[in-house]
Amino acid sequence: MDVLLDNLDLYGPGFLNTVELFLISAVGSLVLGTILAMLRVAPVPVMRAMGAAYVTIVRNTPLTLVFFFFAFAFPLLKIVDAETFGGSASGYYFTAALAALILYTAAFVCEVVRSGINTVPVGQAEASRALGLTFGQMLASVVLPQATRAVVPPMMSTMIALLKNTTIAAGFSVFQAGSISANLAERGENQLIGLLWVAAFFVVLVIPMTLLQRSLEKRWSIAR
Amino acid sequence: MRVRTLAVALLAGGLALTACGKEGGPGDTGSPSQQVAADVKVDGSPTFDKIKARGRVVIGVKEDQPGLGYKDPTSGKFTGFDIEIAKLVAAKLGYGDDKIDFKAIPSAGREQALINGDVDYYVGTYTINAKRKEQVAFAGPYFTAGQDLLVKKDDNSITGKDALKGKKVCSVTGSTPIQKVKSEGLTEPENIVELQNYSQCVEQLEQGAVNAVTTDDAILKGYASQSPTTLKVVGKPFSNEPYGIGLPKDDKALRDKVNDILQAALDGGDWQKAYEATLGKSGSTAEKPVLDRY
Repeated sequence: MDVLLDNLDLYGPGFLNTVELFLISAVGSLVLGTILAMLRVAPVPVMRAMGAAYVTIVRNTPLTLVFFFFAFAFPLLKIVDAETFGGSASGYYFTAALAALILYTAAFVCEVVRSGINTVPVGQAEASRALGLTFGQMLASVVLPQATRAVVPPMMSTMIALLKNTTIAAGFSVFQAGSISANLAERGENQLIGLLWVAAFFVVLVIPMTLLQRSLEKRWSIAR
Repeated sequence: MRVRTLAVALLAGGLALTACGKEGGPGDTGSPSQQVAADVKVDGSPTFDKIKARGRVVIGVKEDQPGLGYKDPTSGKFTGFDIEIAKLVAAKLGYGDDKIDFKAIPSAGREQALINGDVDYYVGTYTINAKRKEQVAFAGPYFTAGQDLLVKKDDNSITGKDALKGKKVCSVTGSTPIQKVKSEGLTEPENIVELQNYSQCVEQLEQGAVNAVTTDDAILKGYASQSPTTLKVVGKPFSNEPYGIGLPKDDKALRDKVNDILQAALDGGDWQKAYEATLGKSGSTAEKPVLDRY
């Protein structure tokens, strides 16, 4: 308990930043992932190829490598000015971390959503075409709503993985939960206990997500 | 069938490639060799008993600090002042260079490695402080460092710790120097950059992404001597970091023995020789530390 109470200045801001990183990148990756999934089932071959290429290239590239790229290599490309982008040094690294997390997770989200689309019977799509809906209308009001129900559990797993992946940002100048143990080590605290507290807080963060999953599953369940 | 032939060819090619280039490596860097002591006895030391039973000594070190503890990526050899001290202690315990296993352990893992017994002792810019003494024991100090700043050679705007306001300062995630910069407010929080190791910080400094790298002067001198034309150490240390040899907490017998060895090395010429072969190459001199026996 002492380890926690003596170092609240690490745990408090650390987990706050973790939650912030997670929430922004969760929204970002859900949006980008869904767009990618729509590309992958699009009627235009070029769009399908773009979606497939993205997933093939990005999916499960070591996340540290993606972070490395955005933190160290990207500034050298001089696309944005690292000096001023994001307002400051910490702003730049925070944005870099978000970019890495969103791009990495979007590939998984895309495949999860696509597997959901595959569970919707073809008849649904055909029926909506017969009613005169466009491709976009068909996806938005017929297929995706049904697909979403099917993918709640795997989607939540992806999101929990994202939550825990945020700790990698510790090595790339974003102070969050992953940085706590390094700080504790230098303060001479017992790291094992310190890390147990970090783990405990992660469980606390995961529990509401699991509850959300359960309630969504219940609310969206339908008799088939 | 063709696929299998291709696979076999690839496998054989791979084996051939990995097998070559393993022999040899750059020559010895001229580290002072030590007289290996014979028939050393350390009564009542469980750690020494373990070393004897194993027949080899396992020493925890750093691998990314030129001049102190550095692992050559091509030859796999460890060099630096910390390494020389580690070898010196091992030799006086009766274990020559061929019976040492160096294990690279980053700062954050040091206490746990000693507690678990993964290493017999640890020599790697390990600052002695009261909090750490609750978990591990320290022999030494064998060196006194102080927090300093590494800047670009042509940068004259950073003259010391009070000139850091508005400058981007880099150090290792959670390290003591960066915690000091934060707690003393030497620069704005948004200008603090924390990366995985000092090499990355130095790289960022050379690219101009940060204005200064801060940590112990001994470490910075190592980097400055690697690129003397582009980097310099400001040279106004603003903390006192006595480096000790980390030992398992309850092993007083071994601690006393290591302290005796260090005292002998300080009194004789061994400490000086080790310094001159490594950190001294940067041209700076160092004062001999005074041991703190407890």
